[in-house]
Amino acid sequence: MTKRVLLGVVAIGLVACAAYASFYIAPEERTMGAIQKIFYFHASTAWAGETTFFVCFLANLLYIWKRKPQFDWLGVTCAEVGAACITVVLITGPIWARPVWGIWWTWDARLTSTFVLWILYICYLLLRTLVDEPDRRALMSALFGVFAFIDVPIVFGAIRWWRTQHPAPVIMGGPGSGLEPTMKAVFFFNVLAMHLFAAFLIVERYFLEKTKHDVELLRQEAEAR
Amino acid sequence: MALLSRAAVLLGKEVRTEFRSRELLSTTIVFVLVVVVVFSFTFDPSSNESRRFGPGLLWMAFLFAASLMLQPCFLREQVNDTLSALRLAVSDPFAIFLAKISANTLFLLLTELLMLPVFAALFNVSFAAQLPGILLTFFLGSLGISVVGTALAVISAQARMRELLLPLLLLPLLTPILVVSTEVTIRLMQPEPYMEWKGIGLMAGFDVVFLTVLWLFGEYLLEE
Repeated sequence: MTKRVLLGVVAIGLVACAAYASFYIAPEERTMGAIQKIFYFHASTAWAGETTFFVCFLANLLYIWKRKPQFDWLGVTCAEVGAACITVVLITGPIWARPVWGIWWTWDARLTSTFVLWILYICYLLLRTLVDEPDRRALMSALFGVFAFIDVPIVFGAIRWWRTQHPAPVIMGGPGSGLEPTMKAVFFFNVLAMHLFAAFLIVERYFLEKTKHDVELLRQEAEAR
Repeated sequence: MALLSRAAVLLGKEVRTEFRSRELLSTTIVFVLVVVVVFSFTFDPSSNESRRFGPGLLWMAFLFAASLMLQPCFLREQVNDTLSALRLAVSDPFAIFLAKISANTLFLLLTELLMLPVFAALFNVSFAAQLPGILLTFFLGSLGISVVGTALAVISAQARMRELLLPLLLLPLLTPILVVSTEVTIRLMQPEPYMEWKGIGLMAGFDVVFLTVLWLFGEYLLEE
């Protein structure tokens, strides 16, 4: 319990420091001005969301292989936290796009694939509410999770081939791309803070799922008597 | 080889069952026709516009039809619990999937081929010169829809609200197929048509990836 509280305090503290760093330490971008500050929050949340979905995919595979309910709990937990992260990304994106591109939304590769990713995991969560038997639910949603995760890169490839507007990768992009050193440091600090915050949410949600499972067991025991 | 021969026997069973009643095929064909006609009311299908929007509408109609058509392929087996019998009879569950996928691709392709001249007449598009390219696009698209759709039909058959759930799970997963097949078909129906081989490659890639996933995970889908 104390470990979880400590993790929470550290995660929230880091997010606060990261916000301070993005507003006061990172230099202002030349053409976009103050609105570019949303980048630190927008992109780092997107990275955290993607990492979370990757963990979800691993948990799904592990459930199919090992059939331990713990992996199912981890799967649903990561799907929920990831969906929350991507919701934030889909809200902050248009806020940034409107002053910079002049439009709220464009159907380019990264935006569309993020949107499809979000819809797929909403469907994953919806599927879970519609299967009653717990083992079936765990297996079927794990299998759908595998399908969904594999689909996302193909969606990206298909739409990239078709049309694209989002900026070319700035971080880890080709030669000539890249961030100013202070901006880079602040950005990676934000990435760390967001990952830790996501980890905190995952731990809390995981224990909630575990408690739900324990309560269900107790209820069945009480009914049996 | 044993896998293929078993799948062929099962495919024969699927086709025989369908052609005894022809329920699925006739309903699907009429459904696609209705969708195409209803779409034509929403805008004026003059020749230039229809070249741009027509293929998209056609693929949307196919996708909706598929999401309804794929539902019964495992529900049929549930009624008399014939799926258990199939699983006992066939050692490799992938053979069952292969048969169902081939049957669904066949039915979908048949629907598409019957609807193509009707669509061309109603929307005033010519396709005759590009028939091989269109056939290839339709085949790869239908195969992709069937592979993913057959797998999801198993998942949705075990849930409540299954009629609504299958399209819900299927349509976002099929985004790549819809995007690419529409673009390839648009290019084939232009006044100066050409074949977009990169698109064909993407569709073939989608089919191969999901066939492999199904081959790896199919047995878990059919677990009792």
